Amino acid sequence: MSRWLAIGAFCLAAGFLIFGAVVLRPFGKPTCTEMDDYFNRYSQPEVAANNVVTAVVFDYRGYDTLGEATVLFTAVTGVALILRKVRK
Amino acid sequence: MIGNLPFVVCMILIALGLWTLLAKRNLIKLVIGMSLIESGVNLFLVSLGYVHGGIPPIYTYAPNDALMVLPTPQALTLTSIVIGVATTALMLAFAVVIYRHKGTLDARKIRDLRG
Amino acid sequence: MTVVVRTITRIVLPISLVLGGYVVMHGHLTPGGGFQGGAVAASGLALVIVAFGAGRLAGRKGLFSALESLGGVAFAALGFLGLGVTFFANVLAGSGKLFGHPVPYGPNSGDLNTGGTLPLMSWAVGFKVLAGLSAVVLLFALFGGESDR
Repeated sequence: MSRWLAIGAFCLAAGFLIFGAVVLRPFGKPTCTEMDDYFNRYSQPEVAANNVVTAVVFDYRGYDTLGEATVLFTAVTGVALILRKVRK
Repeated sequence: MIGNLPFVVCMILIALGLWTLLAKRNLIKLVIGMSLIESGVNLFLVSLGYVHGGIPPIYTYAPNDALMVLPTPQALTLTSIVIGVATTALMLAFAVVIYRHKGTLDARKIRDLRG
Repeated sequence: MTVVVRTITRIVLPISLVLGGYVVMHGHLTPGGGFQGGAVAASGLALVIVAFGAGRLAGRKGLFSALESLGGVAFAALGFLGLGVTFFANVLAGSGKLFGHPVPYGPNSGDLNTGGTLPLMSWAVGFKVLAGLSAVVLLFALFGGESDR
């Protein structure tokens, strides 16, 4: 009985996901593009880089990259702490 | 419906990962399910920034007067992929230690609070 | 591992390290950057750990730790360079110093001397990702066995 309930709940969740994807805005026509138009237009005079994605990652959104470097460091430290030889 | 096919494929990936998390018992298969969900979410995030007839947002050897794709979802997906790698590494380390202490990888047999 | 795998590893390791360095260095001109180049170089080191066993690189754990810490500190210190304007300001772009050529507007063939603090930050993040990912693979190879219950 509870197994059929679980399968029904999963079908409901998957159906909601796919229904949400179908009624989303059409693929290839983004709606609010003012920030990305500014990045595409002004990343060569201000940042002096040809690659707009790298300019966004390291200059316009540098705080996110700092947080991500911290997450990577924390993960490596966590793995080194978990896998160690315990001396009895 | 056919026009939104990339979005539907990403949602199918997420639903497959969700089913793996619900129906499987082995710990390594649960890690694989979480990795499937992360891949589906990253793909959905990148496909949100597409413009019809756009070129990659790079000015080196680009054709003149071309429409460029939005760069911000690609930058955020980079961060998300690295965080996914960090989470998967920690989950696998936990699986190794659990196998060392309990001797089994079945998610329903490691529920006691002893040891 | 067998002789075939070892011979191919000896050939592929310098190629993968140089390719990772190229992707990191040209991060502000072509697709790439710090994270992608670091992952490419770390895959070469992971191939060495798989082909030759973990004992070959076991004595260099201190080197991985120092490289990762150096990358993180250098990335945070490069943010303090532009503290006159704001944190993480690009003060080297367009001025005449280290990476300071101005960039002509519109499509052009890339000039390596541009970018400001972007290539320096790419190198710092590239070292950090390389050291971090290979350290994770090395830890799993050294301490992930079924011994000591």
